[in-house]
Amino acid sequence: MNNVQNKKRANKSLPFFFKDEFKVSFIIIFISTILLITTFTFDIVPPILNRGIQPATFPKGLLILIIGLTLIIYYLSIKKPWKVEKKLPKTFFLTLLSFLIFVIVSKTLDFFLAISLLSVFVSYYWGERRILYLILVSVIFPIIVFIFFETILGLRFPPGIITNIYYN
Amino acid sequence: MDNLLLMLAPLFSSKLMLVLFFGTLFGLILGVLPGLGPTTGGALILPFTMTLDPLSAIVLLTSIYCAGTYGGAITAILINTPGTPAAAATCLDGYPLAQKGEAGRALGMATVSSTVGGIFSVIILVFFAPLLAKLAYEFGQPEYFALAIFGLTMLASIGDGSPIKNLIAGAFGILISTIGKDFMTSIDRFTYGINELSEGIGFIPVVVGLFAISEMLTQSTLLDQVFKRVALKAVKLPSINDYKQTWKTILRSSGIGSFIGVLPAEGGTVASLIGYSEAKRFSKKPEEFGKGSIEGIAGAEAANNAATGGAMVPTLALGIPGSATTAVILTGLIIHGVRPGPDLFREQPEFLYGIFGAMLIANILFFIFGFFGAKIFARITLVPNKILWPMIFAVSVCGTYSLSQSILDVWIMIFFGVIGFFMRRYGFSVVPVIIGLILGELVEGTLRQSLVIFDGNWLMFLTRPIALTFFILSLIALAFPLLRSKKK
Repeated sequence: MNNVQNKKRANKSLPFFFKDEFKVSFIIIFISTILLITTFTFDIVPPILNRGIQPATFPKGLLILIIGLTLIIYYLSIKKPWKVEKKLPKTFFLTLLSFLIFVIVSKTLDFFLAISLLSVFVSYYWGERRILYLILVSVIFPIIVFIFFETILGLRFPPGIITNIYYN
Repeated sequence: MDNLLLMLAPLFSSKLMLVLFFGTLFGLILGVLPGLGPTTGGALILPFTMTLDPLSAIVLLTSIYCAGTYGGAITAILINTPGTPAAAATCLDGYPLAQKGEAGRALGMATVSSTVGGIFSVIILVFFAPLLAKLAYEFGQPEYFALAIFGLTMLASIGDGSPIKNLIAGAFGILISTIGKDFMTSIDRFTYGINELSEGIGFIPVVVGLFAISEMLTQSTLLDQVFKRVALKAVKLPSINDYKQTWKTILRSSGIGSFIGVLPAEGGTVASLIGYSEAKRFSKKPEEFGKGSIEGIAGAEAANNAATGGAMVPTLALGIPGSATTAVILTGLIIHGVRPGPDLFREQPEFLYGIFGAMLIANILFFIFGFFGAKIFARITLVPNKILWPMIFAVSVCGTYSLSQSILDVWIMIFFGVIGFFMRRYGFSVVPVIIGLILGELVEGTLRQSLVIFDGNWLMFLTRPIALTFFILSLIALAFPLLRSKKK
């Protein structure tokens, strides 16, 4: 309890740009502004083909609404600060890293190899050390999933070093 | 009489009964597992439904919805962790009662009240959905636009968390729907030269990402969490005394749940909280609430299951989802070529009554499964997350890939998983994103068509009585949270 209160106080003493409410609001407004600028590059339809409004008008309106509402939540957060979130643990970042590895491996080597690697990586770093269980999640289960999708749903998976062996 | 026979049609089809059986079983498993639930489960199973005919596919999804909503109560009572968000209120009295050595009685009451709530809501669905569909015949483009806006504002005001954050999330969902070729002029929007984005972003990668992948990231932060399990010998049917004490609460909560379900909000979650607080307000023993009150369990469980039928009313009659899971069911209908709305009631009554019947039977089936199998289902929670979530990831990836056979969809799923995690972390609900995404085309399409009808004059919206009513209701919905916070 004392720790939580200390953390809350610590957050109050932080400069505004380190606070969650500022960081979140800034990111939303920054991305929305970039998207808003993008809408000015959309093609303009000649009046005769125009159905009610230009194709860019609707997304523009939405982005302005998002920016306006974000400014309101930031203003409200000055009066009533958000609760302080716990620091993210190492396992979260490792899981995030495993997603990145998945994307790279699925693009360059093989889709199923990527699933197997992610499974064994996540399972291991989440605390599983038993070899049999690691084999279950990284080899046996992906094979079952592959066979299921391949045979029952008739799905053809993208080419790769493992799937090519199967398809050839 | 004919409609009743149509409703009972699933009973006479071995294929539909098999689908119902599997759907109910699968729904219960999903409901029991914290972090999964009928929405994520429905999204995961959507690609598999492509091998089924439309009725079987929707029967599968609705049975998962009904059973999954109930399944959350098992973990809420036995490990004090709601299997689904809708079971959060069940923890308040379910777990304390289980700790007193009455887990069987608590689960028995949850099973009975869920079944009664579910069946009550199906009756509401059977009577009100056709009436609402008839009313929808009066709707033109401006009315549909106003209705969609009303749906989104209701979501902001009734849903969990900050209304402004919910509105931002809803607007974000609509924004996602604008990616790709503009459906009226074929002009590219936000495609950045990527050809695959011209078709727009599919619903499945977004929903699987926002629910399953973001939950996987959330679970990665909760690895040190320890569950204290309460032993369960057997589920007990409530005693006569229990029935005497709770029958009014069950009926009241069934009504509340059905009504909340009809409103486009977070369905069961809100319904169970209101059902619970009303049960406490009307109770002769309010001091027992939070300490293992049987009325508390009945109030929460009847309400969240009653919301299932209620949420199907606007989904089928208007094509406006009443909850996140019905948004998945609506997607299922659309990908199978079924367009919800008044025409569906006129042209395919056998299809609709098949769904009604399936929901009715699913409620009876989960009563049987819950009563005899709760002990087994409770053991499913023993599957460690370090084994379960990599498996869910494999199914999510393959399911998402299978719809368009596009690796880009898989990356989009992961991208939305990360976004969903941070949204939830900072108090933005992901449900409005889904509803916004599904309503996006309707909102923009009807707005633009209305402006064509009105020759660009926005004020003409106010000359349409039904549209004006929805706009006024939207304003009330937006003002409601402000009034509520001032009252506090």
